[in-house]
Amino acid sequence: MLGKKINLQKLLAPVVLVILYVLFSIIGNGFFTTDTLKTILESSYYIGFMAFGVTFIIITGGIDLSLGTVMMCSALLGAYSFKVAGWPLALSLVLTVAVGVMFGLVNGVFVAKLKLPPFISTLGTMMMAQGVGSIITKVQSQTWPTSTDPLGGWFKKVFIRYNGMPVGAFWLAAFFIIAVLILHKSKFGRYVFAIGSNEEAARLSGINVEKWKIMVYALSGFFVGMAGIFYAAAYTTITPGTGNGQEMNGITGAVIGGVSMAGGSGSMVGTLIGVFIMSVLKNGLASCGLQAPWQTFFTGLVVVLAVLLDNYRTRAANRVRKS
Amino acid sequence: MGDVILKMTGIEKSFPGVHALSQAQLEVRAGEVMALVGENGAGKSTLMKVLTGIYPKDDGKIEFFGKEIELRSPKDAQDLGICIVHQELNLMQHLTVAENIFIGREPVIGPFVNQREQNRMTTELLESLNIDLNPKRVVKTLSVAKQQMVEIAKALSFNNTKLLIFDEPSAVLTDTEIDDLFRFINQLKADGLGIIYISHRMDELKRISDRITVMRDGQYVDTLVTANTDIDEVVRLMVGRVIYEEPRTHSMVAPDAPTVLEVEHLNSLDVKDVSFHLKKGEILGFAGLVGAGRTETMRLICGADPKDSGTIRVNGKEVRIKTPEDAVRNGIGYLSEDRKRYGLCIGRSITENTVLTDLGKVSKGLFVNDRKADRISQDYIDKIKTKTPSTRTLVRSLSGGNQQKIVISKWLFKNCDILIFDEPTRGIDVGAKSEIYHLMTELAKEGKSIIMISSELPELLRLSDRIMVMCEGKVTGELDIAEASQEGIMRFATDRNVGVSKNAG
Ligand SMILES: Nc1ncnc2c1ncn2[C@@H]1O[C@H](COP(=O)(O)OP(=O)(O)OP(=O)(O)O)[C@@H](O)[C@H]1O
Ligand SMILES: [Mg+2]
Repeated sequence: MLGKKINLQKLLAPVVLVILYVLFSIIGNGFFTTDTLKTILESSYYIGFMAFGVTFIIITGGIDLSLGTVMMCSALLGAYSFKVAGWPLALSLVLTVAVGVMFGLVNGVFVAKLKLPPFISTLGTMMMAQGVGSIITKVQSQTWPTSTDPLGGWFKKVFIRYNGMPVGAFWLAAFFIIAVLILHKSKFGRYVFAIGSNEEAARLSGINVEKWKIMVYALSGFFVGMAGIFYAAAYTTITPGTGNGQEMNGITGAVIGGVSMAGGSGSMVGTLIGVFIMSVLKNGLASCGLQAPWQTFFTGLVVVLAVLLDNYRTRAANRVRKS
Repeated sequence: MGDVILKMTGIEKSFPGVHALSQAQLEVRAGEVMALVGENGAGKSTLMKVLTGIYPKDDGKIEFFGKEIELRSPKDAQDLGICIVHQELNLMQHLTVAENIFIGREPVIGPFVNQREQNRMTTELLESLNIDLNPKRVVKTLSVAKQQMVEIAKALSFNNTKLLIFDEPSAVLTDTEIDDLFRFINQLKADGLGIIYISHRMDELKRISDRITVMRDGQYVDTLVTANTDIDEVVRLMVGRVIYEEPRTHSMVAPDAPTVLEVEHLNSLDVKDVSFHLKKGEILGFAGLVGAGRTETMRLICGADPKDSGTIRVNGKEVRIKTPEDAVRNGIGYLSEDRKRYGLCIGRSITENTVLTDLGKVSKGLFVNDRKADRISQDYIDKIKTKTPSTRTLVRSLSGGNQQKIVISKWLFKNCDILIFDEPTRGIDVGAKSEIYHLMTELAKEGKSIIMISSELPELLRLSDRIMVMCEGKVTGELDIAEASQEGIMRFATDRNVGVSKNAG
């Protein structure tokens, strides 16, 4: 009986997602269509990747504010290497991810080796990444190939949509599974939880906390680089000096999904659902004719509600029941 | 003895999967010390948490001064004059001693805290309790024992207190400090307070308590008048069998056993020129008062803190130990005295904590084999009789003593050749203690070498082959077990002037 009760609580977030979807299908204008579903999916890709990455970091008790600008910087440099420097597209894609990993490593070294608070060090890299993108591109907007481009026309087909099929969803699913395996099944994942729940105990257990923390930030950087690719595939043109604020989308997704900012607990499934809740909300509100400011307002409200709900949920789990 | 001031009857309390209290009862009179004893997980702390409004009871009745009371929050209990010194420390680590004691009741001048007055009041309080502490010290920088004293001072600072609960206060204290503690308990008793005293140290019961209530598996067993009771009888009621621990009379180490660990001229802020060696299969005890530098020494050896100078040799080879990882790689494992801060990830499961020291052993390639990990942690649960509903239970929800057992399982699993146990049996019940003693003896027989820090002299005398005594960061004595006695150890432990004086053969 007890097991069932706890499972019910775990089901809460998915249930909220479904309720929101059904609600908007009823009240929204033209919301309940496959097209909207595709839009929902497609606007989730890059946020999803960012959220997967930052989930690892938040579980170790850290935070990454540089997600947004690093994503832009990597997409910007990728496009620059392709269009201006004339690299083959595949190589440019590798560069895009590499830029993310590099910034992740920098964050990792700042946090783990130099013992800077994550908030401060990633605030620093947030600005640095924005600067680097602008400096290298000389503040020129960069474009990725569209599907009709003779060179690299496959870009969008591979990453976003092929013959109306949302292929991006397969990528997201594949990397979601990878992220789940790493977080919940691998040794690395155990260390992530252990560090977040008691870093000193982990260190005294003979775990190289510094090394693993650097790895966490680098892994998150990898996901951010991937986010860069999917952002590029969705929006084609990348403008230097943007990206600020995008990190909040990623962090919010994780938080709505129940990842505790205090570290030590959270799940990848939660994060994925959190990201979808945000997309459904955004597209749903739009279909009701509410504009961006309203969407922002409601997303904020959902964050607060989600955390409240989570508090309630943990308290309910700890509460004493009559037998 | 005074009137009955507290009467708890038919108390029921369940947690998910655990029936923690079932028909529990307790009675306390004014001016008496009621000892509450029972195995780890018997429900002592839970009963006290019900009494102090931390957990709501599922059923039962609490009468305080003849009136039935309902406690909705810890504040309710405080207002009625029921105060508790918790088993697990609950201080705000970043605040000072004075701030911790007077939190929520700060003396003020208009809207501001009157710091000076607060510090003065704290000094006065600490002095009246004979505690040597600066009120402005940040709690984080204090040792566990000192923190415990702050907790006690805090509980005693409420002046309307009518019933005071001590949940294992002596677990982290050494004998001298316990003497002080017992002095104020006796004084409070004389003032007519009722006192509930929880302890796993059976030798204390005769000294401090007037009556003893025994609990077992969440149930009330019996209440005995201390003066007419034999302690063996109490133990029998607690664990269902008689336990006798014989002190060791001679060293069990083979004379030709090789030296596995040599420490020479170790120095740091709190450690002054410490040298010693450890032989294969030896149990080396470390005695001393709180603040003698025993923990600090071991933290240097296991790489938890950086040392200023000194050499460490393992199996004759000099090793560089900069981090705990280096220490573990060289086969040195350290079980911290402060499990909550340094030993456990309390928000994670038993299994996760147990296998954390050596995940490689339960992994295939990159991935952890959860089933194998669970099986192993179950083995340790059975071996040292940890009381828990399952291997996936969060460590946070275990009773204090059972949490300690998880720390032990964790290092048994790592299988280091040199194990440093810092207060290994703190908060562990008599039955389990004796199991842990046997376990340590077995480990030593198998060829593991053990260093054990303990503030319980009988425990050191029962287990050690040799005892080092420290005082104020220096080694002041070394005793072979054959000639060690409580008095001898205490002499060295309070020996503030002498350098190293050898007494060993
Ligand atoms: N918050 C909680 N959630 C779930 N189970 C709990 C919780 N607190 C206590 N328990 C369980 O209730 C039982 C009684 O625990 P309690 O802490 O009262 O034991 P105790 O007698 O104080 O033991 P010890 O001597 O080890 O401190 C244990 O089995 C414990 O696991
Ligand atoms: Mg207890």
